Amino acid sequence: MSFNRRDFLKLMGGTAAAFTFPSVLLQGCKKALEKAADRTAVIWLQGQSCSGCSVSLLNKIEPNIATVITEFISLNFHQTVMGGTGDAAISVLEDAVEKNRKDFVLILEGSIPTKSAEYCTIGEVNGRRVGVSEWVTKLSANAKAIVAVGTCATYGGVPAAEPRDGSGNPTGAVSLSQFVKGKTVLNIPGCPPHPDWIVGTLLHVLLKGMPERDEYNRPLLYYGKTVHEQCERLSDYKAGRFAKHWGDEGCLYNLGCLGMDSCCDIPVRKWVGGNNSCTGCGGGCIGCTEDVFPDYGKRGIFKHLTAQRAKFIKPEHRVPVYNLRNGGVING
Amino acid sequence: MAKVLIDPITRIEGHLSIEIDVQNGKVADAWSIGDMFRGFERIFVGRNPLDANQLTQRICGVCPISHGIASSKCLESAFGIKPNDNGRILRNLMLAANYLHSHLIHFYHLAALDYVDITALLKYTGGDSKINNLKAWVESEVKVKKGRIDSLTAGAPFLPRYEGNFYIKDVDTNIDAIAGYVKALEMRMKAHKMVAAIGGRSPHAIGLVAGGVTQVPTRAMIREYKKYIGELEKFINNVYMNHVIAVAKTFGDYFKIGSFTNFLSYGLFDLDNEDKKFFLQRGVAYGTKVEPFDHTKIREQVRFGRYSSGSNLYPHDGQTQAQPGKGGAYTWLKAPRYDNIPLEVGPLARVVISYLSGNESVKREVDGLLKIFNADISAVFSTLGRHAARAIEAKLIVAAMPEWIDELEVNGKPRNTFEIPNEGKGMGLVEASRGALGHWIVVKDKKIANYQAVVPTTWFCGPRGDDGVKGPVEQALIGTPISDPKNPIEAARVVRSFDPCIACAVHVVEGDKEIGTFRVC
Repeated sequence: MSFNRRDFLKLMGGTAAAFTFPSVLLQGCKKALEKAADRTAVIWLQGQSCSGCSVSLLNKIEPNIATVITEFISLNFHQTVMGGTGDAAISVLEDAVEKNRKDFVLILEGSIPTKSAEYCTIGEVNGRRVGVSEWVTKLSANAKAIVAVGTCATYGGVPAAEPRDGSGNPTGAVSLSQFVKGKTVLNIPGCPPHPDWIVGTLLHVLLKGMPERDEYNRPLLYYGKTVHEQCERLSDYKAGRFAKHWGDEGCLYNLGCLGMDSCCDIPVRKWVGGNNSCTGCGGGCIGCTEDVFPDYGKRGIFKHLTAQRAKFIKPEHRVPVYNLRNGGVING
Repeated sequence: MAKVLIDPITRIEGHLSIEIDVQNGKVADAWSIGDMFRGFERIFVGRNPLDANQLTQRICGVCPISHGIASSKCLESAFGIKPNDNGRILRNLMLAANYLHSHLIHFYHLAALDYVDITALLKYTGGDSKINNLKAWVESEVKVKKGRIDSLTAGAPFLPRYEGNFYIKDVDTNIDAIAGYVKALEMRMKAHKMVAAIGGRSPHAIGLVAGGVTQVPTRAMIREYKKYIGELEKFINNVYMNHVIAVAKTFGDYFKIGSFTNFLSYGLFDLDNEDKKFFLQRGVAYGTKVEPFDHTKIREQVRFGRYSSGSNLYPHDGQTQAQPGKGGAYTWLKAPRYDNIPLEVGPLARVVISYLSGNESVKREVDGLLKIFNADISAVFSTLGRHAARAIEAKLIVAAMPEWIDELEVNGKPRNTFEIPNEGKGMGLVEASRGALGHWIVVKDKKIANYQAVVPTTWFCGPRGDDGVKGPVEQALIGTPISDPKNPIEAARVVRSFDPCIACAVHVVEGDKEIGTFRVC
């Protein structure tokens, strides 16, 4: 499968502008279709997840999801979409383990419970329930790339959050990189991640190798800038226009928006190919692409709803994210 | 004769397995097993109440909007405020669009592969280029991977599957349904565009807050939302409805298989700000007898759930703690009971209760479908009845959307404001696409002191109650014929017709504090 550079950048969703993806294979000949059968195999496991990342993936536009799974990847295992059920489904995982297959990419959605395997099991082998942790251990040993999709798999997310009573996380939930220590995990955080980030990153790995990443192993292409510096309401911030209540015009900073401390391109990329975004709708960024979500050092998502701005800006209320250290854009 | 474990039940949300005991070719006993646990509610305690709007949506990525709205209503009742009209209507519009996404994904992408034969593509002789591309894809998959290390996954994710003589045989019907599968992917994505137009993003909308929503109903927003209604209406009325009828005509047995007759609905789409008037009615139905709903009759029982605490408690009186390996228990789900009776929730419950409550448009649609099959009302209490109820809901919802848009005050405020009180208690009831959903909160020192959610899938996928009476899915499975215990597709069809959502069902850990009592309305 070959692309020129321009097509490739478009494919990655590198530009915010709309484009029509030239469906290489649909325009192509029989040979191209045969090549499609050599698509990289993907095993997509779900741990302690809500399936939101999978639902977000279905919202992929240009190329749409049907094109992705018939032309770019072979989605061998994905509990929500696969035809097989029960033994027919588990046979795919057993087959990969037994044959020591090394030709697949392992994707995890959701976190992994460590206090008891019983907290999340997938299928039964020889009369024994198999925990997601065991599947991840076995499959990650041979996988040619390991990818965490979503904030739960990347950092632990909501299932790994700490109860405020100090009782510790109920299930000992951990992220994929915490679980498979010592292996490189490509992280695509977001709760949920934008489908362009998932598919674009995957295609980058398959076609061009590992993308350039930041210290959280996130592709810089999508997570390289803060929400704030790309925000629709940046001019309001610069002009000192701040919303007092949700639904008001103006910068959402005083309502607890975390755009200054969070990295992604949603204000320009928008959700589901439309015109709206987290900041656009007037709610604000909840910082879901960062490792502090949803704990924020006990700050709370909207803690400062009624706080005065001067109070809010105190350093102890801020989320320490690397952008700020790297000469971020707090003063817009 | 044989105990058969179906693990995992795929093409649902989350981790579920079903164990069935097959005697003389029929299911004699069944166990519904929830395989995942996160413990969300303990995580909520001590946080800012407003965080509930965002965090509860992470309970389920398929119907986050219903959790967002339930938590908003819950906070409103704790804060002593009501939403304004714009806020209520915008919420209804978001929930309605998410319903269309959810019902389409359920029928085409989750349930259809139990009926449709994907390999019929190989027999296609027509000229549709999209279908021919799919045909070429399947052919090349089988040819290229034959004898290779990855031969098992030729045609993934549609193959491997249960093999047997139980799929639709007519090639044209199969091809038509496969085309529907592909088209429905686009349709459900467009429904999500409508959700995002108001909620900022989808799934997990940003803009749901106490008092209403954050998005002002500007002309641009309304235009974006309206853009897709016509297309969706056409697809639902002309394609979706016809495919449901086609499946029903081919699999008529399923009007008798998977039967359950007791139902609960909290009422779908608020038509006033007082939680009293609904688009589809609130109530409890035993067969064809409908009664008013009384929340004080709800209990949750845990004899067969992996929890170490007291049982048969009103939801917010619980002291439940997770106990992996608990003897005798077989699931992470609890068993909710109403007046000690297991109830089915979801589209069929809403349609039956509305029908029995005299809802004219529901009656017209149900009677219209029954006439096609020359059947009486008892036919709706079935596997096919659930699929039909979803299609009827989708048709009525998409028709109502333009009227609701006309009721919006353009550019008006999308919400009422509030102050978080030092103390308060609240309850929010809503109908998720999968059924009755309730959230309960206690606020102390402006923080969450306790948070509870009783969710749809615990109602229908829950285990036996303390008295040993089976849950709705377990009961519905009894008597289901199993032609081949190695390929028990019939059982999977019954379970999937309920549209289980396990992330939702197994999040519940109750705190150890008593919450007190609440009154509905």
